Amino acid sequence: MKIETKYHGQVEISEEDIIQFEQGVPGFEDEQQFTILPLDDEKVFYILQSTQTAPLGFIITNPFHFLKEYDFKIEENYVEQLQLENAKDAAVYVILTVAENFKDSTANLQAPVIVNLKNNKGKQIILTNTTYQTKQKLFQLTTK
Amino acid sequence: MLVLTRKTKESIKIGDDIEITVLSVSGDQVKVGINAPKNIEIHRMEIYNDIQKENETASNTVNNLMEKLKNWNIQS
Repeated sequence: MKIETKYHGQVEISEEDIIQFEQGVPGFEDEQQFTILPLDDEKVFYILQSTQTAPLGFIITNPFHFLKEYDFKIEENYVEQLQLENAKDAAVYVILTVAENFKDSTANLQAPVIVNLKNNKGKQIILTNTTYQTKQKLFQLTTK
Repeated sequence: MLVLTRKTKESIKIGDDIEITVLSVSGDQVKVGINAPKNIEIHRMEIYNDIQKENETASNTVNNLMEKLKNWNIQS
């Protein structure tokens, strides 16, 4: 199927490329279908593109690329909602807030996006009892 | 907003599946216990609002995104 996207124009995707976000994401609870498209050749950055609303896309990245020690527990109710059976089935992304000066961009480490690769269910989970912030500078991460 | 006054250990029932109990009160801090089905999300309001706000900002269109990414990748 063809979809219109925020930064890639028209793109061809298949059913298996669609990730179901049953409760959307905070602020966008009605947006329940997304797909992930690469943004750069190095495959460091991606866009979490709504397949329902072309102008809606979040720039995301693999947090472990910048912070190897990023670690958290996925609470039981999230494990159940995602029907996650194995930690290996979980792909982890964080949403970036891109600044005018790219190196000042921040990542939301307090609410990572988890995708269950086995069933293509996705969810932005909110970590509790954590020191991770919603606005963590990417640049500072790379200097760790 | 429905306003109820409860004493410690008293509860409130919401719908069929949600129960809220006042566990303890200490100064102006109230410890609240919540029983709800696993598919219902419960968050501290200010944290949820924070995430919501951040998502809204993050969803704004980035000018010259591809260029910014290219320059950043070259730098690092």
